Amino acid sequence: MYRILTKEMLTPTICRMKVEAPLIAAAARPGQFLMVRADEKGERVPLTISDYDAGEGSVTIVTQEIGVSTEEIVAFEAGQSFCDVTGPLGMPSEFTEMPADSLAARRYIFIAGGVGTAPVYPQAKWLHSRGVPVDVIIGAKTADLLIYRQEMAAVCDNLFFCTDDGSEGFHGMVTALLEKLVREDGRSYTQAVAIGPMVMMKFTTLTARKLALPITVSLNTLMVDGTGMCGACRVTVGGRTRFACVEGPEFDGYEVDFDEAMRRQGQFRKEEKEEMEEHECKIGRDK
Amino acid sequence: MANRIPRVPVREQDPRVRARNFDEVCYGYNEEEAFLEATRCLHCRNPRCVAACPVNLQIPDFIAKLTEKDVRGAAEVIARDSSLPAVCGRVCPQETQCEGSCVLGVKGEAVAIGKLERFVADWSREHGTSSENAAKAAPNGKKVAIVGSGPAGLACACDLAKLGYDVTIFEALHKPGGVLVYGIPEFRLPKEKVLAREIEDVRKLGVKIETNVIVGRTVTVDQLFDEKGFSAVFVGTGAGTPKFMGIPGENLCGVFSANEFLTRNNLMNAYRKDYLTPIHVGRRTCVVGGGNVAMDAARTALRLGSEVHIVYRRTEAELPARREEVHHAAEEGIVFNMLTNPVEVLGDENGWVRGLRCIRMELGEPDESGRRRPVPVEGSEFEIDADTVIMALGTSSNPLIPDTTDGLETTKRGCLVADENGATTRPGVFAGGDAVTGAATVILAMGAGRTAAKAIDEYLKKK
Repeated sequence: MYRILTKEMLTPTICRMKVEAPLIAAAARPGQFLMVRADEKGERVPLTISDYDAGEGSVTIVTQEIGVSTEEIVAFEAGQSFCDVTGPLGMPSEFTEMPADSLAARRYIFIAGGVGTAPVYPQAKWLHSRGVPVDVIIGAKTADLLIYRQEMAAVCDNLFFCTDDGSEGFHGMVTALLEKLVREDGRSYTQAVAIGPMVMMKFTTLTARKLALPITVSLNTLMVDGTGMCGACRVTVGGRTRFACVEGPEFDGYEVDFDEAMRRQGQFRKEEKEEMEEHECKIGRDK
Repeated sequence: MANRIPRVPVREQDPRVRARNFDEVCYGYNEEEAFLEATRCLHCRNPRCVAACPVNLQIPDFIAKLTEKDVRGAAEVIARDSSLPAVCGRVCPQETQCEGSCVLGVKGEAVAIGKLERFVADWSREHGTSSENAAKAAPNGKKVAIVGSGPAGLACACDLAKLGYDVTIFEALHKPGGVLVYGIPEFRLPKEKVLAREIEDVRKLGVKIETNVIVGRTVTVDQLFDEKGFSAVFVGTGAGTPKFMGIPGENLCGVFSANEFLTRNNLMNAYRKDYLTPIHVGRRTCVVGGGNVAMDAARTALRLGSEVHIVYRRTEAELPARREEVHHAAEEGIVFNMLTNPVEVLGDENGWVRGLRCIRMELGEPDESGRRRPVPVEGSEFEIDADTVIMALGTSSNPLIPDTTDGLETTKRGCLVADENGATTRPGVFAGGDAVTGAATVILAMGAGRTAAKAIDEYLKKK
C-alpha cells in the first residue's frame, strides 16, 4: 500500500508524486487533502490532493521542501512506499455540491501561488469539464518556479502567468494582475479562489474585496491528526473559531483572520529550526 | 478464611525521578505480593465487585485462582469477560467501581483488584500465554464492521470474533487503540510493552484492523453495507472534538487543546528526539481543567521540563480526575490553583500567550451533577503568568458519521442516540462508548462495546 508510482521534480524543491491509494482515489473530491506519514518516526503532513484517478487507484500529491518532514517525503523514490496515507480529509470545494443550473451562471478566476498551483488544478479541471468558464493566474517568484503550465492550460479558458521579477508573463504580484484583468481588461468573474502562501491569500482577499469579488481561500494551517481531534488548525472565521481540517480547508476569504492564521502557522518555528539543525548535523555525520 | 492483613502496597517510581522521565509510574505487584494480596478477598457469596464492574469481570473467581498460585487459570477467567486486562488494570477507576464496592472497604481497605488484574495480565504476557486464553466459536460467515479501534470498538470486536463473526475494525489514525494510544500517556499505559501487545491479542482472535480509514470520508457507512458486504456496523468513534472556553485570547500561539498536546506527545512520540513531530512547552504551563486528561497533560508538560499549574474552578473535592492521578500529580510537584477560573488568555505583542486573567470562585448550590456550582467572586480578578496554556475542558463527539449517514439521530450535544443495547435509530447500526455517552471512561466504553456485541449477535441471528 501507498507505493509511489511516479515521481518528478517540477522545480528544484517541488516534487510531484503519484501514490497508490485506491480508497482515497475513489472518494476524493476537489478541495480535499490527505495526510502523509513517510515513515515510522515521521510527522503527519497534510498535503492537498492535486489529482485522483479512481480507475488506476492513485492520488497525486505535490510537495515543496520547506522543512525536515517535507524533505523526507521528497526524498522518497518511485517504487518505495510511504508508511501511511490517510484521506480524503476536509470538505470538498463548495461548487462540487452546487446544482448544475446555479453553476452554469458562474465564472471563476483562480489565483494560484507557488506550490498552491497544484491544488488549483483539480478544481479548474472539475469546473472546466462541466463547461463552467475558468481563468487561472499562476504566480511565482521567477519563470523557473512556475509549475503546472501545460496541465493547467488544458483545463481552463485563459491562463495568465505572473512573476515577481518579470521573467515570464505579468511583471508583479498576482494581486496587481487580478486588478488589471478586472479593471482594465474588462473581464468579469462571479467567484475568485486563491490558493497559495497565507500572506498571498491575505492580500488577494483585500484586492478581491476592493473589486467586490467574492473569494474562497484554502487554509494550509498546522494539523496533527487532520480529523478534528486536536484543534491545532483552529482559525477565526467570521469571529468564530473553526477547525480548518473538518470545516475547511476552504473558507470565505472576507471572513478569515489572516494575521492570526499566519501567527499560528509559525507556532513551532523554533522547534522546527532545532529539528532542522539536528537533521543537518546528522547528515553531516553520515558523510 | 480471608487473611486479615493490610492491603499490600504497590511499588512506584520515586516522584522526583519519574517527574523527569516517561517510564511507567507504577511497577505493579510481583508474584509474592500478588499472591499475598489475593488472600485478602472474602469471596462474598454475592460479590458486589462483579456487579460494579462494567464488563462484569468474575473477580472473586480469578482471585481464587491466584490464591492457588494458578496465574494461568486466573487469566482464563479474566479473558472470558475482558480483552484488555493489562489496560484496565492500569486505567480503570477501580475506587468507584469494583474496589469502591468491596466489603473490605467499608471498615478498612478494599482488595487491590486493579493491581491484581494488572498482575495477571502482565504475567500472562510475559509468559506468552495471553492469546490462548479465549475460547472461540466456528466462523459463521457474517461480516461486522467496527468504526474506531478504541476501547468500545476493541471490546465489541473481541466478543463478536469469539462468537464466530468476521470482524473488521476501521481506524482513522495510523495506529490502533483510539484514546489509549493518543490520549493516555506512556507513564500510565506503556504503548509498546502493554497496549500494542494487548491489541495484538485482539488480532489473534481473527479481528482485522484497517488503519488510515476514516469512515464518513474514505468510505461511508452506506458503502460498508452496500458495497463491502457488512451486515452490521458498530460505531465506537469516541468523543474526540476538544472543547474550548470561548474566552478572548484562546487562539493565541502557545494555547493548545489537551488533545493536541497529548496527541503530539503520545501518538506522535514528540517527547522522543528521534521522532519528527514537534511539541512546545514554555517555562510555566497552566492546564485548565480537573479531569484525568488535565492530569495527563499537566504531568506530560512537567516531564517535558515545564513548571506546571492546574487551574480549576471548583475545589479539590470536586476534581473529576481519579484520586490516584491527583495524588501522583501532586507528588510530582504540580501546583493546584483551586477555585480559579480563567476569563481571558493574555497575549504579548507577538501574539504569544503570556498569562491568564482569572477570577476567584466560591462554591454555591449543587448543580445537576450534584456538585456545588462554582460562582465567581465579584472584583476578584487577578493574573497568572504562563507561556503555555493547555485547555483540558472535555471533549464532544465527532460529527463525521452522523453528518454522512442517513437515519442516525443525535442528541442536542451531538452524541449518537442509542438504546440500552446500543441500537441506534438506524437498523443494523449500533453504537457505544463516548460517541453515545460523551466523554467517560475506558471501562464504560468497553462495557458498552460488549453490550452492543450481544445485541448485534441477536440482531444478525434474527435476520
